[in-house]
This record gives sequence, C-alpha cells and structure tokens, in this order.
Amino acid sequence: MSTRHIISLLMENESGALSRVAGLFSARAYNIESLTVAPTEDATMSRMTIVTVGSEDVIEQITKQLNKLVDVVKVMDLTEGRHIERELMLVKVKAVGSGREEMKRTADIFRGRIIDVTDSTYTIELTGTGSKLDAFLEAIDPAFIIETVRTGASGIGRGERSLKV
Amino acid sequence: MEATGAEIVVRCLAEEGVEFVFGYPGGAVLNIYDEIFKQNKFKHVLVRHEQAAVHAADAYARATGRVGVALVTSGPGATNAVTGIATAYMDSIPIVVVTGQVPTPAIGLDAFQEVDTVGITRPCVKHNFLVKDVKDLAETMKKAFIIAATGRPGPVVVDVPKDITYHTTEFEYPATVEMRSYNPVVKGHTGQLKRAVQMLLEAKRPMIYAGGGVVLGDASGQLVELARLLGFPVTNTLMGLGGYPATDRQNLGMLGMHGTYEANMAMQHCDVLLAVGARFDDRVIGNPGHFAREERRIIHVDIDPSSISKRVKVDVPIVGDVRNVLGEMLSLIKQAKEKPEAAALNAWWTQIELWRSKNCLKYNKQSPIIKPQYVVEKLWEVTKGDAFVTSDVGQHQMWAAQYYKFDQPRRWINSGGLGTMGVGLPYAMGVQLAHPEAQVACITGESSIQMNIQELSTCKQYRIPVKVVMLNNRYMGMVRQWQEFFYGSRYAESYMESLPDFVKLAESYGHIGMRIDKPEDVEAALKEAFSPALKERLVFMDFQTDQTENVFPMVEGGKGLSEMILAEEL
Repeated sequence: MSTRHIISLLMENESGALSRVAGLFSARAYNIESLTVAPTEDATMSRMTIVTVGSEDVIEQITKQLNKLVDVVKVMDLTEGRHIERELMLVKVKAVGSGREEMKRTADIFRGRIIDVTDSTYTIELTGTGSKLDAFLEAIDPAFIIETVRTGASGIGRGERSLKV
Repeated sequence: MEATGAEIVVRCLAEEGVEFVFGYPGGAVLNIYDEIFKQNKFKHVLVRHEQAAVHAADAYARATGRVGVALVTSGPGATNAVTGIATAYMDSIPIVVVTGQVPTPAIGLDAFQEVDTVGITRPCVKHNFLVKDVKDLAETMKKAFIIAATGRPGPVVVDVPKDITYHTTEFEYPATVEMRSYNPVVKGHTGQLKRAVQMLLEAKRPMIYAGGGVVLGDASGQLVELARLLGFPVTNTLMGLGGYPATDRQNLGMLGMHGTYEANMAMQHCDVLLAVGARFDDRVIGNPGHFAREERRIIHVDIDPSSISKRVKVDVPIVGDVRNVLGEMLSLIKQAKEKPEAAALNAWWTQIELWRSKNCLKYNKQSPIIKPQYVVEKLWEVTKGDAFVTSDVGQHQMWAAQYYKFDQPRRWINSGGLGTMGVGLPYAMGVQLAHPEAQVACITGESSIQMNIQELSTCKQYRIPVKVVMLNNRYMGMVRQWQEFFYGSRYAESYMESLPDFVKLAESYGHIGMRIDKPEDVEAALKEAFSPALKERLVFMDFQTDQTENVFPMVEGGKGLSEMILAEEL
C-alpha cells in the first residue's frame, strides 16, 4: 500500500547536491510530489524536504539510498513520528465588484493575508498544510484565479524531535 | 612550497602509492601530462581508447584490492570513459578517474571538448567532484581515494578544469580527511550477530550464499573457516567466484541463471540462508515471487544497507564489513555450546549429493568439433588452476565461470553487473601489469574481443604477455542462444560476418597468433602458449568452436531458481 511520506534531510551545501537527490529519484523511478531546499542557520548545510509516495519497501529504499549519497549528512522520515507540515501559497485573484469583498472574507476564513492590492486584483498569502491550501482553492471560484505559486511542503518534528548534526 | 594544480594531481597520486595510471592525453590535461613526463614515481600506460584505460584501472583494482587510477581528457575523453566507470560502479570497484575539463571561465559556454562530466557520470559513480579552486584540489584527491576504497567501494571522478592545473597554491597532502556526511558502518550490530548465530546453529538445511563482497572485503579466509567449522554448503555468485575454493567439496558451484543444479536447488530448498556480500539480483534468484514460495529464514550481511531487503525481505539484516562480521560470527560460534544438528545436516548433504549426481555440467567430450567447455577445462589443467582469468561478456563468460575452478579470490575478473562486452583484453592488461609474473588468460569471444581489439597495440608497446583464449563460434553466442530458445531460431543480426583473420591480425600487432580447429590440438596449443618459451609474448588463440553449443543449466528470465533447463532435457 502506498502512503505519503515527508522526508527531511540535511546535506552539504555543495553545488550539484540538489541534482544528486533529484537524479536519484528519477534514476530509481521514485515519486517526488514536492521538493524544497534552502540553506540552514549553518551556511555549510542545506535542509531539504521531500514529499513522496510509496509502499513501505519503497520508502525504506528511498531513505537508504538518500543516506548513501556522500553529500547527505542525515535523513529523517518525519511521517514516522509527530510532526508539523507547512506550505506557503501565493494566489493572485481577480477582485472586482461584489467578488472583491467576498474574496477578502474567504481569505480571512483561511487566515490568509492580502499582501498586494490593485483595483482589480488581490494577491493572497496562505500558509498551512497542502490540504488546507487545496481547500482554499476549492472555496473560491476558479474563474477568479489568475495565478498560483506554491512552495511545496516544509516539515519539522514536534516537541524534542529534531534533525540536527 | 607553491605547486601548480597539475603538479598537485601528480604528487597526490604519488602520495597514494599509485603504481600505474592508465590514460590518454588531450588538450585539457596537457599540463598534467607534462608533470607526468617529469616524474618517475608511477608509470603511465597509454591505452588506445579511454574506455580501455578505465577497464584496465578497474582490473588492476580487482586483482590487487588497491585503488585503480585512470586519466582522460575532457569531452570525448570523459564520455569514452563512461562505460568503464559504469562497469566499475555496478561491480563496486574502487577506482579514481581524473578527467580534464575546459577552463572554469569557459564552462557552460559549449567550449571545444566540453561536456558536463559530473552530470554525465553522476548516476554511475559513487561520488564525483568538480574542482573549482586549486586550493581544494589536494583535499579533493584525498577524499576521492577515501570514498573509492572504503564502505561499499566504487568509482570516483575528479573533474579538473584546465585553468586549475596551472593555478598555484601551497601543496600539502592531508593524511586523512574527515567527512561528516560519510561514515560507513564497519562493525555489525551485536544483537543481530547473536540472533544470526543462533539461527545458523538451529539450521537443518543451511546454505551459505557468498557474493562479490567476500572478494572485495578480503573475507575469503573468514568465509572458509566459518563454512568448514559448521560443515555448511556454499555457493558463489558470478562475482564471488574464488571467494570460497571451487575444488572444495562443500562448494556447490555458482548459482543463478547459469548456476549448477545443486546450487540452485539447495538455494531454493534451504531452511536457513546466510547471504554474505551478495545482493539477490535478478540473475541470481530469478523470480523473487517464486523464490519466496519456499519458507526459509535469511541472514543478510552487507556493507551497504540499501542492498538489504531490496529485492528479497530478510529476517536478520547485518550491516557491516563482511570480514569483520564473519570474524565476529566465528568467535560467537566457537563460544556456543550448541552445535548444528548432525543428523539433519547429514540428511541435507545426502539430498545435495543426489542433486550433484545429476552432473549438470557434463557435455559431449567425443565431439569432432571443439567444445568451448573443453577449452576452458584444458586451460584450467594447463595453468594448474593458478591463472588470473579475465573474460568478456556472453556464453564464453559463463563457460569460464562454470569450468575454470577458482580456488582463490581476485583471480576471476569479469563484468558481472553491467555486462560490458569488450572488457576482457583491457582487464587482462591491468591484471598482468599488477602481477607481472602471473599467468593471465583472457577468455573471450570473436564478438567481444572486437570491441576493444585496438588494445593489442597497447600490449605490444608495454610487452604485456597475456594469453587470449578466443572461443570463436562466429555468433554472438548468448544472443544466438536466446534467439534459438525464445525467438524461434530467428538469428537477427547475431551472426558475426566478415571476421578478420585473427592470426594475421595478432601478428600484425607483433604478437603470436594461433588458429586451432580440432579438439585434439587444443591442449597442445594451450601448453605452447603458456610455455616458458612464450612467457614474454602475447599469444592470441583462435579456437574454432561448436557454433550451436548452448550454456546450461539455464533459468529463463522470470522463472524460478529450481525451474532449470538442463542440457540432457533437450
């Protein structure tokens, strides 16, 4: 049975490190739903969050293969324990006439913030789990959506659980 | 003292105690070659094609256990090397390949002889580096050697742009380099070791399945001691041949697609399986679903965690260095009060002997045409089982594996994982240079040999006296065999037409050529080739063998291990 997993890893902040991970996933035919990467507070290291789908066997292989990459310092399957997951989305929508007020209300309900305004558009910033962002997009009239951009999920363990060197 | 990047590369290789660098010069590596010219710490061997340079370095590593080194130029030099690198990668062979690159300011501008070498080689290396600053060069070279040789070994590429080779910096070669992201596990988990030993001692139908990891990990001595102490049967994979002596009664021969009847049957029907340095690949266990039909408990020892439970679920995984883990197991077994149950083990051996009595490797020895198996058997006799044998890929490779009985590790040098035709001759060069006094035979076919035949010239230049044993059946034999079995004998493009006169070809390179047409001449030809009189000469033997001979036993793709086709059944 395939399940969704969020895999976090720390890797050396070397050029080409990202392509090693992306190459591994394509070479071994693993799924990537999303992948985010940025340097950590230690500039020599990057942290990557990969959302993938696979059976237990496949996920086990994914973590083992990631660990095998020479640039990878540490790997953790966040979904093995309690964790928090967040994704950022920016949505540019048409905001005219009666729809303008309606759009603001919907954004408020989803705790979105309007971060850019013109007389005909709003740009809304939303943070949450992927499904919350999906729910927002379903709640508004698709005809009003001009553009969306999503970061992909980032995740962190709850409580004391941490990924550190 | 300040040194240029080129000097640093050369001095690093010298510091590593490198004996041979196999390579081919070109624009991007001219500075490095200039430094090679000025030194005498190691010898450079000029091949005739970069692929052969990497194969020769790979064979040197296989035959010695040390890191092999190749040096090629940018662009086509690097792309030609890729097949060699991928071959080494699939068989976990420690090599360092230094590739030239266009100068850093030119990278990405489609410069002359530019390719993205780190990009192209990324999927087939253990790791690779692009050196962007001469200050990083020495440390990068050290890392390359450490990564190649430790853990599960593998090829490492160091891509050096030309400007780096003339930039200068203070040179100091680090004794070692710490890498926080790279710490291979060496010692096996104590609890798992105890569980494994308990399981072995309780086994009624035990089996030891030993792969290339035993050879690479220099664990042959431990494996032999363990198997003899327990009295368990052993099978070797293609890559593991020689890891347990082939002439020992406890050895059931090779297993897998062309494994022996007894090895495959014992593998299928054992109740406890100890897998050591092996990876249950598709050519070994056939259909994993069929393999899983019989109940057995599996202990899997491997240095690479990702090899464990990849194709077959195991009960006791032990990650660690094979030599170390087997050593620990041995001491636990010696301390244990229990012994394997003798009656059960005897009954198991009786069953195994019954399987063995099928004599699955028999073939027609009365044939008026030379049987390829006969040539390999005679080679084994003439060389007293003491040669280093390289092979190419195909039927002759399987016959070499089946009929040359390797009693020592690192004697059998072949491309098991990638199955690269054309490795045989460059492999033989690497082995012969590593062991100048040894008998080195290259068992090949008329198709494979032509994929790197230009290396006869290298052999001439460096007086490399390998003996080429070519089993010439005028077919790509393994392709022909599959076409006969699975494609209604439609031999699409598997016939080798317009073959050269190999005797004249060998002679034109300054070697000795022989053509052998009759079975009664086989032994004499081999004896002459390996005689002291020809010790310094390359001898190329063209054996005209039976065109229709097939490799048996055979497990068809997708079939189970115990579903073998035997020669007698056809």
